[in-house]
Amino acid sequence: MSALLDPLMTAERWRRDGRAVAVATVLETWGSAPRPVGSHLVIDGEGNFEGSVSGGCVEGAVITEAMEVISSGTGRLLEFGVADETAWRVGLSCGGRIRVYVEKLV
Amino acid sequence: MRLDHLAEVNKARAARRAVILATRIEGGAAQVIVEGDVSQGFLSEAHLLPDVQAAFASGKSALADFEGEAVFLNVHLPPPRIVAIGAVHISQALARLAPIIGYDLTIIDPRTAFATPERFEGTDLVADWPEDVLRTRPLDAYTALAAVTHDPKIDDFALAEALRRGCFYVGALGSRKTHAKRVERLQAQGLTPEQIARIRAPIGLDIGAASPQEIALAIVAEIVQAFRRRAISGAGE
Repeated sequence: MSALLDPLMTAERWRRDGRAVAVATVLETWGSAPRPVGSHLVIDGEGNFEGSVSGGCVEGAVITEAMEVISSGTGRLLEFGVADETAWRVGLSCGGRIRVYVEKLV
Repeated sequence: MRLDHLAEVNKARAARRAVILATRIEGGAAQVIVEGDVSQGFLSEAHLLPDVQAAFASGKSALADFEGEAVFLNVHLPPPRIVAIGAVHISQALARLAPIIGYDLTIIDPRTAFATPERFEGTDLVADWPEDVLRTRPLDAYTALAAVTHDPKIDDFALAEALRRGCFYVGALGSRKTHAKRVERLQAQGLTPEQIARIRAPIGLDIGAASPQEIALAIVAEIVQAFRRRAISGAGE
């Protein structure tokens, strides 16, 4: 298996190197969502990341949330969509909606 | 997510086994389910559950409901693998392209002048006859076979084997005239017209590819198309 650009291989390697890691997973999508259910974005405690949960539209917000998940240890369920601008200040320009689960790798 | 679960998932993926990571949304309890194995965890007899079996069949990750509890089934099917017959110029370009799209690649060629480590640094290269290699490393439904030697002695067995094993893609380099002769030989070997019709020849999407690199790109594009549009029972697309 090619480890190139594989977020789950990256997450395992980072954790074994002693880095704090959060894993974000697309749980549900509605409408035209850029990345399918099951897609991963993995984030370390320094804000380095690999993978994607959208076409780059909401990754910034997920990374911010991931930092808090890493420090608190508690998972979070996030929802993004065009109508969510007030809640998250980011949205999917494609008009879709996604739900993303962010959890700490322990 | 627990590191031991992640390691188990990655290990199964590396061994080309289908695997599901089931995660309870409330509380985050998780369980690894490897296809064909009995798994331990909050889902008892997990491999017998219809939602689990459907996820293995379709390859689609989804939220499922188990006795009122929301559980996310993240399914990982083996990554598509390309087996190229022929350590030729086109295959050297394939060796660069395949890792970028995340497909595994094995190159088989008994001609040791072609199959040299220098020409294929970092690539899984086997300098042996397909008859011998495919006996110990069989083709499967997640494999694409591209025969690019032009030499029937090397290509024909691998093509026939790929059709028998149900590879999701079978492509062969050569002109229409070359292919017509190939069809006759494969028929003589007992393959049915339906099986033989699955061979993509001339190989590669028609993008006017001329150089070996462009032909490699056309082959990879055709393989991606074949994989994404393959028929899966239970797939709801």
